[in-house]
Amino acid sequence: MSDNKLSPPPATLDDPHLQPATKNPQRMQNLAILAMVVGMLGFIAFIWVYWINASNEWEAGTLAVGMLGLGVGTIAWGKYLMPQGPFVEERHDFHSSEPERAAFNAAITGRGGLEVKRRGLLLGVFAVAGGIMTLALAVPGIRSLGPKPAKSDDNQGSTENSLFTTNWKKGTKIVTVDGRQVMVDDLEVGGVLTVFPQGFEGSSPDQVILIRLAQLGPNDPPYPISPPGHTSYGVQGYVAYSKLCTHLGCPVGLYQERTQQLVCPCHQSIFNVNSGAIPEFGPAPRPLPQLPITVDATGQMRANGGFDQAVGPGFWERP
Amino acid sequence: MIDKSLNWIDDRLGVAKGGRSFLDKIFPDHWSFMLGEIALYSFIVLLGTGVFLTLYFVPSAHEIVYHGSYVPLRGQKVSEAYASTVGLSFDVRSGLLMRQAHHWAADIFLGAIAVHMARVFFTGAFRKPRELNWVVGVLMLILGVVNGFLGYSLPDDLVSGTGIRIAYSIMESIPLVGSYLAFFLFGGNYPGSGVIIPRFFVLHVLIVPAILVGLLAAHLGLLVKQKHTQFPGKGKTESNVVGSPMFPTFMAKTTGFLFMTSAVIFGLGGFAQINPIWQFGQYEPYQISYAVQPDWYMGWLDGAARIMPSWEWVGYGHTIPLEIFLPAVIFPGLIFNILLAWPLIEWYKTKDSNYHNLLDRPRDRPKRTAAGAAMLALLFGVFFASSTDVMANFFQLPLMDVLWFFRFFVPLAPIVAYFITFKICHEMRDAENIGKRKRALIVSRTTDGEYVTAESAPRPGDGHEELEAMPVPTFIDTTDPELATAAGVRRVIR
Repeated sequence: MSDNKLSPPPATLDDPHLQPATKNPQRMQNLAILAMVVGMLGFIAFIWVYWINASNEWEAGTLAVGMLGLGVGTIAWGKYLMPQGPFVEERHDFHSSEPERAAFNAAITGRGGLEVKRRGLLLGVFAVAGGIMTLALAVPGIRSLGPKPAKSDDNQGSTENSLFTTNWKKGTKIVTVDGRQVMVDDLEVGGVLTVFPQGFEGSSPDQVILIRLAQLGPNDPPYPISPPGHTSYGVQGYVAYSKLCTHLGCPVGLYQERTQQLVCPCHQSIFNVNSGAIPEFGPAPRPLPQLPITVDATGQMRANGGFDQAVGPGFWERP
Repeated sequence: MIDKSLNWIDDRLGVAKGGRSFLDKIFPDHWSFMLGEIALYSFIVLLGTGVFLTLYFVPSAHEIVYHGSYVPLRGQKVSEAYASTVGLSFDVRSGLLMRQAHHWAADIFLGAIAVHMARVFFTGAFRKPRELNWVVGVLMLILGVVNGFLGYSLPDDLVSGTGIRIAYSIMESIPLVGSYLAFFLFGGNYPGSGVIIPRFFVLHVLIVPAILVGLLAAHLGLLVKQKHTQFPGKGKTESNVVGSPMFPTFMAKTTGFLFMTSAVIFGLGGFAQINPIWQFGQYEPYQISYAVQPDWYMGWLDGAARIMPSWEWVGYGHTIPLEIFLPAVIFPGLIFNILLAWPLIEWYKTKDSNYHNLLDRPRDRPKRTAAGAAMLALLFGVFFASSTDVMANFFQLPLMDVLWFFRFFVPLAPIVAYFITFKICHEMRDAENIGKRKRALIVSRTTDGEYVTAESAPRPGDGHEELEAMPVPTFIDTTDPELATAAGVRRVIR
């Protein structure tokens, strides 16, 4: 076997193994040349097309023709014009001979084993020190990446370092994304608006969807939201829910007025805004947290408190 | 001259001995062995187009006012990442072609890996001694999926931003450490402190590709060292390889294939629009568009998240969002671990520790084939479940009905697929003349008026006379048989 490797048997050029696979090599060669010339023209055309700044399609087309032509020609050469074979190669055992293996194993177990036997304590200290070094390097490698998440809302976290906190407080003005104050007569019945606490326009955890369910006056009772909603959280036919889906945090952006449902476009969780945004279908596990809202004397809409729970998807520390 | 320079090299590197056997290395010919090559060549296109893109992309969430040539965006506040992606599409010449080719190459890369892996699986090419190369391959698949996600997240457009948000929530769902993981990676509560795009960028263009290149080298190195498997056939045994030599035949064919793969990718890059981020708009965490689907290789995860019931676990002051954790963390973890461990699983079942260089016909291993079919049925099931909304629209069905269909289809399909495949394999194994070429039947009438059918004889042009395979010889340029014999040349038997 190894003799084959060192001195492969010579063969004359009329050996059938060395003949092209095709019966008509001259014709095949012409075809291959034709394909490569087409390819060449394609590449030249590409440069021309680039030069005159033609469209993306022209660039792609010429480049693809170039590569296709060159590719077809090269493959035709390899497949039909080169020695057809078939050729064979012997496989050799991967594993070493038994004595080689034994010597290798003995080197590891013998030399290593000797150190283990004689210097077991030293080895132990080395392993512990190495482990602690890894830990030491991991500390800045991981800890520097970001802030520690706050454990709850109690420690006055900001929205940047707490999953529990939003910027909604009692009396916060409700504004649109461009900072415009929302007034009580801004929405028709069935209208929806994405709103933010003033000063935090566009903030992800603070996003709230404001919906007008009915046309009610200031002295009318609040729009009756069936349990488990908070009836007193609405005002004058308005309700406001966190826009962060409780499933995976997508904005719950689709409102179907006819069925009074909010649909999350990501994974099709459906929330019924008429009954406290409870999930009626899909993978979302919890209602959208409801924001208590009110209207001040000038008709400006304000939050009547913060959320009573963390917004968005679930996580371990959430009670 | 050439001899001299080769000798110069060998004097210094000593490559002649190994080099000759490398050039003589035999690659068996079969169309299915080219699937891995497609992956390799789309990876090369990915590297090339990717380097082009890094020259123009700005990995920053910093907000600027857009002043480029795309009119509808002018004057809008967008992130530098978004602006530079739009810019390299419209204001850098050939930029759009390179960007779309890059995206297409990624989709083709992962598709080719998946199909290549299916070929290796169903033919049993992962068996001893190639278990390690199987593991390397699965790791490349995982890294490929990760890097694809990182890559299409970079432009900071509405669709990819939604994907990042989902990724954040998935990390957050992991019990005990979830919120820490998410906070550390993003630099805080979502959307973080503006670090995610630069971090994704360095992962996407440096760290993951570097590991991929290393694994790729190992993958190909092992292939060379262990030699390619082959299908059983005339003259093919466990202890040889029959096919074309590395130089020049295989080299010519595979180089041509590189060009053709690139041609398809660049053709798609020009003619098939992909990820038109200027239509989606800049990502804002409070905006979303309808029919949000990720790239195809993430679809199976999205589908799993969709069909999962809302089983959140709450107790002892803690929450485990199983509706996320199970489909988005445990499920892919399970799938990838089964894939990684498959050689071990099969060894545990068969206790087979022989070398296998000849491939199986899938029908000859009904259980493995059926298990593979079950896996494919499961993955296709969740994959299609990721378009429940689109299907509901298309077929004019209520969304809930479509979802309920998939909630049953996904767990049932693998079971059905297993038994059907198992049955088909058995039937095929028992059938006569399976896999043999069919010959024409000749109907003739006897003198008595009776019609008889008989199989035709093989036509003269049918098939070709096969030569005995020979080791790659040294070519002797002489046609004189006397001289050749004198030189100890192998006799040509015609």
